[in-house]
Amino acid sequence: MENKEPQIIIATDCGSTTTKAILIEKKGDTYRQTFRGEAPTTVEAPFEDVTKGVLNAITEVEELSGRKILDGERIITPAKGDVGVDVYVSTSSAGGGLQMMVAGAVKAMTGESAQRCALGAGAIVMDVLASNDGRADHEKIERIRQLRPDMMLLSGGTDGGTVTHVVELAQFLKAADPKPRLGASYKLPVIYAGNNKAQPQIKEILDDRTALIVTENLRPVLERENLMPARHKIHDIFLEHVMQQAPGYPKLMKMVGAPIMPTPAAVGTMTEKFAKANDYNVLAVDIGGATTDVFSVFTGVFNRTVSANLGMSYSISNVMAEAGLPNLLRWLPFDIDEQDLRNRLKNKMIRPTTIPQTVEELQVEHAVSREALRLAFEQHKALAVGLKGVQQERSISDAFDQTASGQSLISLMHLDYIIGSGGILAHSPRRTQSMMMMIDAYQPEGVTMFAVDSIFMMPHLGVLSQISEKAALDVFYHDCLVRLGTCVAPKGLAKEGANILDWELVPEGGKPVSGTLRFGELLHLPFAESKGKLVLKPAKGFDVGAGPGNSREAKCEGGQVGLILDGRGRPFELPKAHARRIAELNKWYKAMEMYPA
Amino acid sequence: MAHAYTPGLKVIPCTVLRKRRVLPIPGKVLASEGQEVGATDVVAQTELPGKVFPVNIANRLSVTPDEIPPFLLKKVGDPVKKGEILAENKPFVKWFKTTVESPISGTVDSVSDITGQMLLREPPKVLPLQSYIKGKVVEVHPNFGVTVETEGTFIQGIFGIGGETNGPIAMAVETPDEELTPEHIKAEHKGKIVIGGKHAGLATIKRAIEAGVHAIVVGGIHDRDLRQILGYDIGVAVTGTEKIGVTLIVTEGFGLIPMAEYTFKLLASRNGENASVSGATQIRAGVMRPEIIVPGYPKDVKECKREEGRGWIEPGDPVRIIREPHFGIIGTVLSLPPELTKCASESHVRVLEVQLADGTKLTVPRANIEVLEK
Repeated sequence: MENKEPQIIIATDCGSTTTKAILIEKKGDTYRQTFRGEAPTTVEAPFEDVTKGVLNAITEVEELSGRKILDGERIITPAKGDVGVDVYVSTSSAGGGLQMMVAGAVKAMTGESAQRCALGAGAIVMDVLASNDGRADHEKIERIRQLRPDMMLLSGGTDGGTVTHVVELAQFLKAADPKPRLGASYKLPVIYAGNNKAQPQIKEILDDRTALIVTENLRPVLERENLMPARHKIHDIFLEHVMQQAPGYPKLMKMVGAPIMPTPAAVGTMTEKFAKANDYNVLAVDIGGATTDVFSVFTGVFNRTVSANLGMSYSISNVMAEAGLPNLLRWLPFDIDEQDLRNRLKNKMIRPTTIPQTVEELQVEHAVSREALRLAFEQHKALAVGLKGVQQERSISDAFDQTASGQSLISLMHLDYIIGSGGILAHSPRRTQSMMMMIDAYQPEGVTMFAVDSIFMMPHLGVLSQISEKAALDVFYHDCLVRLGTCVAPKGLAKEGANILDWELVPEGGKPVSGTLRFGELLHLPFAESKGKLVLKPAKGFDVGAGPGNSREAKCEGGQVGLILDGRGRPFELPKAHARRIAELNKWYKAMEMYPA
Repeated sequence: MAHAYTPGLKVIPCTVLRKRRVLPIPGKVLASEGQEVGATDVVAQTELPGKVFPVNIANRLSVTPDEIPPFLLKKVGDPVKKGEILAENKPFVKWFKTTVESPISGTVDSVSDITGQMLLREPPKVLPLQSYIKGKVVEVHPNFGVTVETEGTFIQGIFGIGGETNGPIAMAVETPDEELTPEHIKAEHKGKIVIGGKHAGLATIKRAIEAGVHAIVVGGIHDRDLRQILGYDIGVAVTGTEKIGVTLIVTEGFGLIPMAEYTFKLLASRNGENASVSGATQIRAGVMRPEIIVPGYPKDVKECKREEGRGWIEPGDPVRIIREPHFGIIGTVLSLPPELTKCASESHVRVLEVQLADGTKLTVPRANIEVLEK
């Protein structure tokens, strides 16, 4: 395989409800996604064999493409003419994905590092235990006992440092005698990635009660994280223990040409590849029915968070609980009774497959989506931070600008690209709705480009990138990303109607357009060309990325929406007065042609 | 003939039901295959390990962890009583004596000379597992539990809170569109499964709790009342462990929605008979809906259905619309056009035509209807 690049690839993503298959073929020098098929996932009764759904989805691809891929239940490899494929790869999030519990000595230090490690490996973190997490010791033990994770990550202490806290956590763990989620008969896998000096004690305490795996410390010194060894171990255990317990997975693992990846891990890989290839700071989000995953790559540092209970159907009611009703109501351009809205959202929760039939219902879902995206992003910003507890060298010039350690890595002004996926963003009736939902939720500053992954192909491409990065990137650019356009949002505040920006858009090969943006205004320009240049001259006090009042030229991308000039100010706040808020919302929605008249 | 797949809640006069009753951790199975069991009979039992309480001996005695062994009065495995001395120092001056007392009764689980902690464990708690339904044990799962089979009426609700309970069915209202008011709840309803109509408000639910009603079954409730009763907003629909003093089952949804007539009539036909009820709801992978099970044949039924229903919808089927703007309206399927149709929200979806009792025709996305039993 190393010598010969695969020409024809079949990839599947086994989700909780649907298994999606795509066929990728090399056409000339470029890989393209050519056919796709899907079938219900068959992890649960009566089938209890994930491969049934995989074979059904591949059969659909066979029927559409005319290529024979299956010989009974076997995938034909390598490809010869119209028969077979060169490689088959797959991701999986079926059965609730990978659920982990993590523990660290200090919550803000090793606890946070352990959390980042598990999230980056594609896990849902059920709880973070730490010596100083505010819970009484017996409560911690009870918590370990109640949760039934797939595996546990135990860290704590720097190498050679004090062993007390991490040994204490191990003792609590032993006393709780936790059981794994799947398969009552096997021992819970525990990865130890803490102080290397404590390894003998940890082995003594946990070796007989758990399936203990010892690896390198994920925080060997305070100033540095070393997450990869523990992440690899998580991945190994996911394949060796967790997947072996899931129905049909041992069979699936024999079918694939590269290790199966947890779906979020694959999406993260693809986000990283895209950011690296273009030298962008990227934010990617996948908003589903139950959960919202957020991925970011800032100055080369990758982070992932998953908000397990923020979603558009199963978790819709939790968005209301976390955001609060006033935050949902503020996005609606009409009056609605609070009790009515509460009942509507609960009815969506208990019947999650229903769809909005009217514009009003659609607007309610879009309001929820903005809040779910915003809350998940808040959680992401809180975790995507520099290392805490690190000593900083300061010079006299820092005297007036001292920042604490552990600042968020996410800078909205330096964010280049936002990629949205998940039903509400990928399948909104109008693309402007998707782009505006993301703009309102994230409030990007300066110049930011937007795209959606319309059929959620990123998982397939992430796992494929393990075998062929070129194939993954080719398909990502040509078939996966639907470019929406660019948003320009000057940072600053002014009086309503004040001129805040002189702008000029020069589309590649097209006619330049220019104008002035006033405060409180939202302008929309069709701009479909894939590339262009922006010349921006902000008013005094307004920043578009070059500092307040400084002009800037920036690259931009057109797309199905085009250019949005957002003059609503940053930080953006909706008017407090009820009537004015509704009037403004209606004005903006009209300017963007967001909804049918 | 055109048809479309639809999930529906089961409302079946008589069917064969199997319930797997298993312990969360291994234990002892108390029932044998072929045995007839009652709803409250214990079929399996286990001991849950007691809660663990750490006591930091080193800190309390102001010594380093490796210095604690000589001060300990109890060793691993020893039983201890609450208030009993676990460790004490031996100062020259008696006044400076420090003792560490046990916060609980139990046993010493472990002692660490690295952390200086002693872990105490409370006695194990017995966890009995009831049969939940009256029926026959058809399978024994060694060390875990049994599967019980019964024939009877099976009704699924859409949402519930509260755990398993049982009692005789008591019809408290006359019609499915009648509100269940506090006045409907009488002293005689204690221990019963009270059936209401379109809605039960906060006052009614509180009255039912006071009266010792085991469960309420109604068409709809308001989310605001639910929040009041629980003290928090339900974020994700995973319920069944709430302890509010009554199990609540909603058959139709949130709001004022008359109970489906078929469901209401079926419940009325089993009035006075013993039912097993669970409010446990889980709307995610492994969907679980609240349920009412009444063992035995209803009047006029001589044989129970074994089939699961056909699982799709055809013209002529009665359906309920389950999304605004026509939420709760009941009609009959007129046609199932195969092509994608653009609805008012501009989504292109598969639709169906529904005819209402007054002759009005509505076009509704197929995802927004639920089939009703005839």
